[in-house]
Amino acid sequence: MEATRPEPFEIVLRPDTGWRSVELASLWQYRDLLSLLVWRDFVSKYKQTVLGPLWFIIQPLSMTLVFTVIFGKVAGLSTDGLPPVLFYLCGQLGWNYFSQNFSSNSATFVTNAGLFGKVYFPRLIVPLAALVSNLFAFAIQVATFLCFYLYFKYGRGAGGFGMDWRVVLLPLLVLQTAVLSLGVGLVMSALTAKYRDLTHLSALLIQVWMYATPVIYPLSEFPVRWRWIAALNPMTPIVEAFRLVLLGVGTVTPLHIVSSIATTVVLAVAGLMLFSRVEKTFVDIV
Amino acid sequence: MSHPIIAARHVSKAYRLGAIGATSLKDEVTRLWDRARGRQPHGTSRAAKDFWALRDVSFDVQPGEVVGIIGKNGAGKSTLLKILSRITQQTSGEITLRGRVASLLEVGTGFHPDLTGRENIFLNGSILGMNKAEIRRKFDEIVAFAEVEQFIDTPVKRYSSGMYVRLAFAVAAHLEPEILIVDEVLAVGDASFQKKCLGKMKDVSNREHRTVLFVSHNMAAIQALCQRGVLLDEGRLTDDGPALDVARRYLEASNEIVTTDVSERTDREGDGSVRLTAATVASADGGALITSGSRLRIVLEYQSAAPVRRLNAVIGLYTETGLGVYGLDSEATRELPPVLPPRGSVTCVTGPLNLTAGPCLVNVALLKDGEMADYVANAARFTIEPENFYGTGKTPGRDWMVAMVQHSWTVGSPGPAATTKADRSAAPAAR
Repeated sequence: MEATRPEPFEIVLRPDTGWRSVELASLWQYRDLLSLLVWRDFVSKYKQTVLGPLWFIIQPLSMTLVFTVIFGKVAGLSTDGLPPVLFYLCGQLGWNYFSQNFSSNSATFVTNAGLFGKVYFPRLIVPLAALVSNLFAFAIQVATFLCFYLYFKYGRGAGGFGMDWRVVLLPLLVLQTAVLSLGVGLVMSALTAKYRDLTHLSALLIQVWMYATPVIYPLSEFPVRWRWIAALNPMTPIVEAFRLVLLGVGTVTPLHIVSSIATTVVLAVAGLMLFSRVEKTFVDIV
Repeated sequence: MSHPIIAARHVSKAYRLGAIGATSLKDEVTRLWDRARGRQPHGTSRAAKDFWALRDVSFDVQPGEVVGIIGKNGAGKSTLLKILSRITQQTSGEITLRGRVASLLEVGTGFHPDLTGRENIFLNGSILGMNKAEIRRKFDEIVAFAEVEQFIDTPVKRYSSGMYVRLAFAVAAHLEPEILIVDEVLAVGDASFQKKCLGKMKDVSNREHRTVLFVSHNMAAIQALCQRGVLLDEGRLTDDGPALDVARRYLEASNEIVTTDVSERTDREGDGSVRLTAATVASADGGALITSGSRLRIVLEYQSAAPVRRLNAVIGLYTETGLGVYGLDSEATRELPPVLPPRGSVTCVTGPLNLTAGPCLVNVALLKDGEMADYVANAARFTIEPENFYGTGKTPGRDWMVAMVQHSWTVGSPGPAATTKADRSAAPAAR
């Protein structure tokens, strides 16, 4: 038993009103907690549900149906020449992962106030665990998408789309989505910890943000000279890139990618800094 | 001497009054607006809005020490524990910790009702800072301690509250930190489980030689568990020393002699020719504290229409569970004069109580000429505080025995010389 005891260490607690760097070492020390939190999310979500993980398929499928009818048929929005079902399903892949992360993380302090007030562990574990557990829903949605993809491509013999070697870039897109949603979520969590009324704003924000992102319409619908405005939204190139790597159709320029990555990095750093500033004395203002 | 495992230097903590509880954005905007127009923000200056929960607290704790933190509500005990366990941060000062800290500020932190006992052991254990390998190794021990073997794969929401608390404490009790911080969690659970928890904590400190910081309002628990006591008063550290002494000084300072006015009581028996108006129970040894070895001074005030002839005052002392302990009968000692004035008091002084720590109730009966004139149940109550009765620091609790007597033990050799008779004659007097 003694063998597992970590070597004697010393920490000094000092008042610190400035920004504190993220403690990577202590995050690593608590990696078991991260995996247990992921697993708790998973188990607790499906105990006593009839359909269990099927809900992850039902939700995007019903949204796809709604989009197809309202935006495709009624409003007649373009789908870049793609079968509307594939277009909407693919658009939702990246977006849903982003928005789920955002919703889980933007209320980190508020929903974990009881836990945070009673025991210390690196607070960042909680949002990180959310990123990982939401990956599960993402994977199910990718599988659903692939089923429809195969059906349209080979069952119906539809042409004009297809994935190629660029599909290997998909993990990078997922990573960027995760980092971006972490950053935005942390900024929001720090703000909602201090100002409770902002929780309403975060629900509104994510709805508006979806319409500002080419989920239900393609970026190619924009006149070329206005596209840079749409690309200021860091999610725009990500969603377009999802379509590009999975369906071979999407409007992504190198400039869009660079600006999206830069925005992601800035938001992630800002989020981490705000979060670590708030976590130290958050329990005093609960 | 080795390095202290905890070294706190000039630790202070301010809370901003008014900012406790999240502000709304509107308030903040209003404040900015006021400031922009060169006005003093609403309310008063910052200094007046600050509440100092801790002021310049410094102390060292050596490895293996068990320290009880004592103080009234709001004295800063919980704030100190929260800072030491890194839940919040001090405003100024510095604390050095030379060991892993596990804090037990609540039982069952992070338990999820839908998960089974087994799953919650892993979840809760990892929240408290154990890794999976550690939990796996201790798993059987935890389950056995909690006595929930049959229900280990049942969701904890179906547990009785007792099982839930037992499981939660069992996880926490099996942490292996160098420093264990425990707050008032023992206030939960039934008496027998509380005892088990206290026993486990004692084990942790004695056998495994851990450093323990323990906060409780239960002075008997503090005195039973801790060697050293630290007293906080309005955020300042005002006393530090052996737990028994600090707890005693604290109780002395906070105890007041209370006179119970019973003149308005209507639930009394007797013909009413003499009425008890007030009863005061205090130590006859000086000081405000009644301890196990104290002598009592009980003053009974009475009132009557005429001079009282042949008054017989009887006082019954009972434990809270109604067990009769002593009867103090003025007829037994025959010291009261045959006639007493119509209004006055009689005082009874006892020998040393020799009772374990705990609450006591006082029943009073007044008889005149052998007839019951007045009887008041629970006319007063007082609490016997623990003291170093045997000189060893060991103080038995009320749940075990009511009375204590000085005694001594000797070792006899098992040979024929050690007869019962010889032992009996060799036993020295207790004091």
